[in-house]
Amino acid sequence: MTQTKEPGAELPLQQQEEVVIRFAGDSGDGMQITGNQFTNTSALVGNDLATLPDFPAEIRAPAGTRPGVSGFQIHFSSSDIHTPGDAPDVLVAMNPAALVVNVMDLKPSGTIIANTGNFKAGDLRKAKLDVNPLEDGSLDGFRVIQIDINARVAEALKDSPLSTKDVQRCKNFYTLGLMYWLYSRPLEATLKWLEAKFKNKPDLIEANQKALQAGYNAGDIHEMFQGRYEVPRCEMLPSGTYRNIMGNQALGLGLVAGARCADLDMFLGAYPITPASDLLHQLAAYKNHGVITFQAEDEIAACCAALGASFTGHLGVTSTSGPGIALKAETIGLAISVELPLVIIDVQRAGPSTGMPTKVEQTDLLQCIFGRNGEAPAPVIACATPSDAFECAIEACRIAVEYMTPVFLLSDNYIANGSEPWRLPDLDKLPKFKVEFETNPEGFLPFSRDERHVRPWVRPGTPGLEHRIGGLEKENGTGNVSYDADNHELMCKLRLEKVMGIRDTIPTPVVQGPESGDLLVIGWGSAKGAIQSGTDALRAKGVKVANTHLRHLWPLPHGLAEMFSRYKAVLVPEMNMGQLWRVLRSEYPETNFLSYAKVQGKPFTQSDIVARIESILEQ
Amino acid sequence: MATTTNLKKSDLKSDQEVRWCPGCGDYAILGCVQGVLAGLGIPREKLCMVSGIGCSSRFPYYMNTYGFHSIHGRAPAIATGVKLANPDLSVWLVTGDGDALSIGGNHIIHMLRRNVDVKILLFNNEIYGLTKGQYSPTSRVGLRTKASPYGSIDQPFDPIGLALGAGATFVARTIDTHMKHMAGVLEAAAKHKGTAFIEIFQNCVIFNDKVFDEVADKKVRDDRTIDLQPGEPLVYGVNGDKGLRMDGFGLTSVAAADASVWNSTTPSKAPATVMAEIPRGGDLPTPIGIFRQVDVPLFEEGVHNQIRQVTEQKGKGSLKDLVYAGDMWDVK
Repeated sequence: MTQTKEPGAELPLQQQEEVVIRFAGDSGDGMQITGNQFTNTSALVGNDLATLPDFPAEIRAPAGTRPGVSGFQIHFSSSDIHTPGDAPDVLVAMNPAALVVNVMDLKPSGTIIANTGNFKAGDLRKAKLDVNPLEDGSLDGFRVIQIDINARVAEALKDSPLSTKDVQRCKNFYTLGLMYWLYSRPLEATLKWLEAKFKNKPDLIEANQKALQAGYNAGDIHEMFQGRYEVPRCEMLPSGTYRNIMGNQALGLGLVAGARCADLDMFLGAYPITPASDLLHQLAAYKNHGVITFQAEDEIAACCAALGASFTGHLGVTSTSGPGIALKAETIGLAISVELPLVIIDVQRAGPSTGMPTKVEQTDLLQCIFGRNGEAPAPVIACATPSDAFECAIEACRIAVEYMTPVFLLSDNYIANGSEPWRLPDLDKLPKFKVEFETNPEGFLPFSRDERHVRPWVRPGTPGLEHRIGGLEKENGTGNVSYDADNHELMCKLRLEKVMGIRDTIPTPVVQGPESGDLLVIGWGSAKGAIQSGTDALRAKGVKVANTHLRHLWPLPHGLAEMFSRYKAVLVPEMNMGQLWRVLRSEYPETNFLSYAKVQGKPFTQSDIVARIESILEQ
Repeated sequence: MATTTNLKKSDLKSDQEVRWCPGCGDYAILGCVQGVLAGLGIPREKLCMVSGIGCSSRFPYYMNTYGFHSIHGRAPAIATGVKLANPDLSVWLVTGDGDALSIGGNHIIHMLRRNVDVKILLFNNEIYGLTKGQYSPTSRVGLRTKASPYGSIDQPFDPIGLALGAGATFVARTIDTHMKHMAGVLEAAAKHKGTAFIEIFQNCVIFNDKVFDEVADKKVRDDRTIDLQPGEPLVYGVNGDKGLRMDGFGLTSVAAADASVWNSTTPSKAPATVMAEIPRGGDLPTPIGIFRQVDVPLFEEGVHNQIRQVTEQKGKGSLKDLVYAGDMWDVK
């Protein structure tokens, strides 16, 4: 596949700082693969980027229908970016359903690339359209590029031994090739990926490579496009080695790293649940990395097995989403009572109940901080971006083993499936928190405590330290069952003080922007990106607004009261009805907190944040 | 500290005062378990008792071994984690009819199908004791309790039938007052590789007294029960003169000389099921002893063998190989 001449080389090449593209098609059209390939290539080109997949919960909703539309948005840039972009510049629509579901998000005068091969009467009917939107004038104001990709792929692959159906399955690579041409991206990484992906299936390698190349070489590019674009590499990224990473992947790697830091083997108990299952898949493949994975019969058993493993001296981990946390609650209470480490991952999704399993929300904060019977304090932390999940997983492991406590680590659907470039850490500089197990029977008491109120951890199998633990109240020190009134209150206080003491080991968050003034914006979890971009954009315009971010949600870090006291108001944007806002109001009653609640199953956009801050500052 | 082998029964008694009701069947079971476990040659520090919630589940507190008194119904899941993470431990699970078959029903069947090497002692007293006497999933229809003042309507589970249905690889029954028999069953369970499910008829003196007496009372026991011993003839009776003959799925009462030989190791669950379905207190004796004992690969061995194989194939993994992977690029 040699090219004599770069297609359309005579067309003008225009530099752009940043572009947002959304690929949308039927869930069988391979849009996630297309998006991921475009992402990887953009990463290799050196752009900063952020991605957001958007797919239906159904594996294959009826083809061509609106519920079956699968989308993938990528924001790539030559400057530092924090979100997948508010509104796409380009919408690639593989069928009418994909067009109508997504077009309202497109920027004014944005570009639509529509596959007219799928805009026939039957396709329109499946999308519940009476008239063809490409013809009824409804897209006036956008630039619409119509290409019959079906026909072009058939033409490009007319010599392929593949069936007509299989040939049509290559159309996502034709589309990708076209977008590579438009944004001046190299084909090599995807060509190589296809070889690995379809190893031992040479017909599929050849067909998809040909389709990609054909899209890139499209003969009538002149007539379709007035020019092509280039988004130069981002020079603002700190130096280092990078890879693109999705949040769930980074979390899985962080857990392996965290177990290494503690010098423990890891035991993951999990039950399949969207969007956390990928963690189970990933860790199940790490059999040679000191990881045992156990797919349990239910969420409760997954948590119990992990706690059982912690009892033996493993790092017990259980991963789930909101509904799973509800089921695990009693076991987490047991872990608090017996004071064993346990890392609980909650990849949040929209609730209540089953809710919208593939959509994002931050609605489990209060469930995790408070959702148990009895006085049952547990630390809660949250990751903010895909790559931050790596560090947060290590931090969760640290707290769990240093404080002999279950720890919640909150992620969400946006982080889990989103991606960004990850500056790979120097693994020799990871924190060290090697666990020392108790082995000395001299004066041993299972519920004796050190100065932080932490009890010793003993591996069953250690001679002379045989002891019993359980969910009944224990006498402090001996661990014997006790119904003594004063002892119970003492134990409740000790467990609480132990958890609150964790704040002595966590930093006060850094504030960006003015050190005092009218407004501080505070966020947690994946709201960080939009808050960062929104406040950056306003500050660039001269607006005085500060922002900060909480990784540790419970206990809250030291220094917040003083920080809050320097601002007239503190805005709390979160994808729930004001959960952190409630916590902050109760902890810092002096501060004027303003809630910005969004529960639409969608992340905040930069313009959401900008608009809200402007409206507050106007008042 | 050196390991503790050559244990005496008293070595396994904890310093905690035992607090079951006077006359409770649990005392006898505790004594028997302490005696048998002491004699297994397993170091004390390798013994681990796991329990759920209920009267029986207080058991770990009274054993001077490692122990975990957990939450209602979840002991099988906790024990699975313990055994998977450390297969060197000898894990014993103590549960009751409510704990194992009602709230923990899901966990017990999955432990049985996986064949984790854990020994389950199910104290069946056909009642909820700790919550003061409600009908349980093994209570007979018509039982009057505070929760069923006009008699319970629920059809009960047969624990043995349930275990067989779930694919248990060792299924046995014994009686709290029949110490010698219980010891034999416990020893056989300890030797079995895999999940051992032992139903123990256990008398609750307070809420369901004498519920097993029609077969378990010492005065009638030899005539009303038959001890299923692998490879032995199906003979019973005070004088050992009565027998059972299996013809297909049928059982007939015969003279001892004509009794069938009990085969507990056949892959088919049919003979064990026929035995399990003998109605208690009918004309035929109630079977105790070993219903089924088959060799099936251990779950935890499978898990660890797979880890070993992958590690042999790929070598011990390094974190660096996981992190520094995929398409990478350098920013200067």
